[in-house]
Amino acid sequence: MPLIFEKSVPGRRGLKNPASDADAAASIPQKYRRAKACPLPEVTELDIVRHFTALSQKNFSVDTNFYPLGSCTMKYNPKFTEEAARMPGFSGLHPLLPQLRQGEKLTQGALEVLYEMEKFLCEITGMDAFTMQPLAGAHGELTGVMMMAAYHKARGNKKKYVIVPDSAHGTNPATVAIAGYEMVAVASDERGVMDIGELSRKINAETAGLMLTCPDTHGIFNSDVDKIAGMIHAVDGIMYCDGANLNAVLGRFRPGDAGFDVMHVNLHKTFATPHGGGGPGAGPVGVKEKLVPYLPISRVIKRSDGTLALNYDYPESIGYIASFYGNFAIILRAYAYILLLGKEGLREAANQAVLNANYLKERLKERFDLAYDRPCMHEVVFSASRQAKRGVHALDIAKFLIDKGIHPPTIYFPLTVKEAMMIEPTETESKETLDLFVHVLFEADDLSQRNPAYFKDLPQSTPITRPDEAKAARDINTNYFKA
Amino acid sequence: MIPYIANTPEDIKEMLRVIGVGRIDDLFRDIQPAYAPKAFNLPPGRSELEVTAWIHRLASKNASHLIPFIGGGYYDHYVPAAVTALVSRGEFYTAYTPYQPECSQGTLQALYEFQSAICALTGMEAANASLYDGGTALYEAAMMAIRITGRRKIIMDGGVSPIYRKIVKTYTSNLHFEFAETPVVHGQSNRQEIYKILDKDTAAVILQNPNFFGAIDDHADIIAKAHQTGALAVESVYPISLGLLKTPGEMGADIVTGEGQSLGLPLNFGGPYLGFMAARREFIRKMPGRIVGETVDQKGRRAFVNTLQAREQHIRREKAASNICTNVSLCALQAVIYMCLLGKEGFKELAQLNLDKAEFARRQIEQIEGVEVKRSSPTFNEFTVYLPQDASEVVEKMIAKGFAAGFPLGRYYKGMERYMIVAVTEKRTRQEILDYARCLREVLCR
Repeated sequence: MPLIFEKSVPGRRGLKNPASDADAAASIPQKYRRAKACPLPEVTELDIVRHFTALSQKNFSVDTNFYPLGSCTMKYNPKFTEEAARMPGFSGLHPLLPQLRQGEKLTQGALEVLYEMEKFLCEITGMDAFTMQPLAGAHGELTGVMMMAAYHKARGNKKKYVIVPDSAHGTNPATVAIAGYEMVAVASDERGVMDIGELSRKINAETAGLMLTCPDTHGIFNSDVDKIAGMIHAVDGIMYCDGANLNAVLGRFRPGDAGFDVMHVNLHKTFATPHGGGGPGAGPVGVKEKLVPYLPISRVIKRSDGTLALNYDYPESIGYIASFYGNFAIILRAYAYILLLGKEGLREAANQAVLNANYLKERLKERFDLAYDRPCMHEVVFSASRQAKRGVHALDIAKFLIDKGIHPPTIYFPLTVKEAMMIEPTETESKETLDLFVHVLFEADDLSQRNPAYFKDLPQSTPITRPDEAKAARDINTNYFKA
Repeated sequence: MIPYIANTPEDIKEMLRVIGVGRIDDLFRDIQPAYAPKAFNLPPGRSELEVTAWIHRLASKNASHLIPFIGGGYYDHYVPAAVTALVSRGEFYTAYTPYQPECSQGTLQALYEFQSAICALTGMEAANASLYDGGTALYEAAMMAIRITGRRKIIMDGGVSPIYRKIVKTYTSNLHFEFAETPVVHGQSNRQEIYKILDKDTAAVILQNPNFFGAIDDHADIIAKAHQTGALAVESVYPISLGLLKTPGEMGADIVTGEGQSLGLPLNFGGPYLGFMAARREFIRKMPGRIVGETVDQKGRRAFVNTLQAREQHIRREKAASNICTNVSLCALQAVIYMCLLGKEGFKELAQLNLDKAEFARRQIEQIEGVEVKRSSPTFNEFTVYLPQDASEVVEKMIAKGFAAGFPLGRYYKGMERYMIVAVTEKRTRQEILDYARCLREVLCR
């Protein structure tokens, strides 16, 4: 399909600007002006609407397809939260207004959303305070590890290492390195959880903390988290919880009750805000009392008269980690979602997410190898190793699924499982959809026995077949104007 | 009953039978009783109608009636209806990161077009597919310069947004890099102050155009000087101004970042916004974030993929260029649709319109006794105003008259308590500007 730039015809316009009603016609001296007009396409509004509508139709999405992409919680995104986020009282609100004198009065509704969300997230996770500012999960991780560092600095601790299990999402080790710590990896044991013996050998006085995904990335709840917390706390280390999988345990387990000191929550996963083709998300960070002084500024506080205000006066704070108060319109959607579900609804969401995953586990395990044969949480990790022996890899099965109109599970992760297929159905999918998915995967398994060569050129029903990724990295073309 | 859950009691019974357990609770047996939540006190669920009504009530507590003359890097521009309509397509907004290119060509091509549009706008050769926002993008640029040069010092021009400066400082100080700011002036960059501290340890000189005070500059001389010492030049820009202004590419900048909110995104009380980044082609492998590249499929047809992924956390883990994963793809889509709607002529015209309206406002404001518009250099759609009184007080009084009159500089700059910056976009009408000037006169003369 042509690029929008290739559809350009000189003289066409996509928007009518207002005529100037100012008498002034200002000009900028030549020395400060660009030599040539910015070469944006010249197209009509209809050209644009057709172009981007056609592009949208080349995507799989939750609205159009089953999307069991493990660790991403691709649940249905309710439409009413979109409407809430577009209310002019919120969408038109300038972020500098509350920084004017008495300006907080101008944004009481927005501050209330932030304040209430902090309360809700504390209740859901067992943490003592939250910052809503981190703009994505990985941003939350960095914020959390910087607070970990601030804690050690304040206590005069000499710390060097952060422990990360080998099953961790790639953002964890990347965060540790960027935050200036050295990463120490710990392997998983035969049960699929972090090897506690290896952990105890790797903990020492220079251990700054541990980053643990809970429930973990194998879809397993690690029953030893309190014991692990005890080991880390014994060297004054900080327990970080990656909350990517919170959806599984809503109302059943709170990281703050089990020894975790800091955690991030991915609002775009657990609280149903749309994933946007790769963001925007939001990654609020919660902390227990001992880390509260280090939270980023600003923080929303309630004054004695009941009004809300922003407070910047926290001398031990790590400082500004984002421009304002977080991805507000995402936080607002999550807030609306929590209000609709309520206490029982959140618990029910976790129940059904875990039920759906266990159902798939039971149905699929006769044909596909389970990475770990034990009850799972909201997601289940299979290995296509049996099929791979026939020459059909997890990637091939993924492409087969695409041809059947199903978005593939996560296959590039976790790195601990060869030929991984990490399946997260979420609570919003029906039994019929799950049964269909099982049927299609069985078909793939049948075909892998009968005709493994069939997979090589899949998918065929999509706008493109398999792209040449090596060429993309070799003959770099990332810009139409410098192709 | 939750409307988003499909399983009926019969379904649940059958599924539990297949699994071989009696109750849903049995699925959670790894979570021992000792882990039971100490509390879970949340309100009971409500209907969509009730929640929507409640959110409406909260929205009405915000002062959305104020006529905005406030900017500071975040502007009240018009968002065309087609932008909102197109990004509201579920096929775009309910998809995720395009890990499977065959069923994500829509997102991937749109991001390639976004990257191309950002390159066109900034005069650079390579752009990524977005970062969180303008402030964090500038931090990523500083880190990128540190990686490229192997040096540890960042020089920040005093004219860069104070909000951005605080963000970069948070990261550099927590990560033990050296951070130096040049003293603040309300005009162009202070060359002498920058050159005084520019040395062989400097990884990057960070500049902004127009700067926080609204001053337009040509940084080519500073950039050349930075290059002489082996430092890189990072330029933070306001995209709408680039309809007219000299591009960072023309000035010789190495890395360009900016806040893309003005490109069709609502103000949204601070987010989600759009961080963008562009650079010289030779630095593309050092860039953070997703980058979409063009290639071909098995049949030789044009195809788009996430490329150069060896930079990224999901491949490189602790050796990655950045820890960024989820970014703001949908905001990038919004921005590219916006830029296409404006088009080549419309974008330039829009920049001129902003310039003209700001000029008109400037003339009205200048006529007020005791008020002085600082103009040691040309400005775009925002300018610094000196008031005969404390600017915070004046802005507060203007709120009562229905205006968000500007942003008082005393909030971030000691000694500038009588200054404010005033922004005028294409949305401000002649009548609003005249009313603004009249009200400001009333406030000051009382």
